[in-house]
Amino acid sequence: MISPAPLRHREIFPVAGLDLERAGTVSTEVQRVLRKLGVEPEVVRRAGIVCFEGEMNIVLYTPGGRIILLVYDDRVELIFSDQGPGIPDIELARQPGYSTAPNWARELGFGSGMGIPNMETNSDKLEIRSRPGEGTVIRAVILRRRNETEGSGEGPRP
Amino acid sequence: MNLREVAELVGARFLAGADLADREVNAAFAADLLSDVLAMVREEGVLLITGTVTAQVVRVAEVMNLAGVVFVRGKLPAKPTVDYAAAAGIPLLATPRTMYETCGILYTHGLPPAKRKPFPYEHDQPGSPPP
Repeated sequence: MISPAPLRHREIFPVAGLDLERAGTVSTEVQRVLRKLGVEPEVVRRAGIVCFEGEMNIVLYTPGGRIILLVYDDRVELIFSDQGPGIPDIELARQPGYSTAPNWARELGFGSGMGIPNMETNSDKLEIRSRPGEGTVIRAVILRRRNETEGSGEGPRP
Repeated sequence: MNLREVAELVGARFLAGADLADREVNAAFAADLLSDVLAMVREEGVLLITGTVTAQVVRVAEVMNLAGVVFVRGKLPAKPTVDYAAAAGIPLLATPRTMYETCGILYTHGLPPAKRKPFPYEHDQPGSPPP
């Protein structure tokens, strides 16, 4: 995914762990920024979903982290990083329905094991690097030059 | 069907966005799990029927560009959530009916289910309905 397309926008959003009041606000802000930059509606939508799932993962499971938004002419990138606890088995976490969520997260409407699969579905590329005890970095790439008419939101799966 | 008709059919009142009662809804989706909403709804302008009343419901509605939210089982979101929805232009309705009743009433009055993405786990389940 090396592209000569110039970087149009870069923004860093801090995410506080366990701050349920504010959980989700980065995603809506990211969508506002993308709309203002004239990014295609379907890309805004997919980026919003990817961002929301990533943001909820940071809020629900980690002490905190940040989301970096990078906007290029040909793609939008979202980089999620946190300070732990890490994902012991990434392949397992990629499986739909696999969840380690505590009950309180499920009561909030999350933790059905769809977070990472959902990020994958709405990205064209999803890289996960995690070290148990240290933290996780997820990089999601959403390509902009694509057919906008169908709007299925289905990216190729790795 | 517009939101006013939805409210009349299921005996719901507007908590926020009463000024948007004329907004058309073309389809509906019902779930308490927000992750399922994010994973499966692929259209915009969908009505969400849910018993989850957290602030995140409104954020999901915003991210997904939903037409509105109907809270079932008499549950009510906290005031900051309602205020946020009002400011964001997301109509919120509340009905004492159960999710099953609410869905049944709207379905029989012609509100179709939202087109959904294929469930990731249905590939090896023969006989599952097409998306």
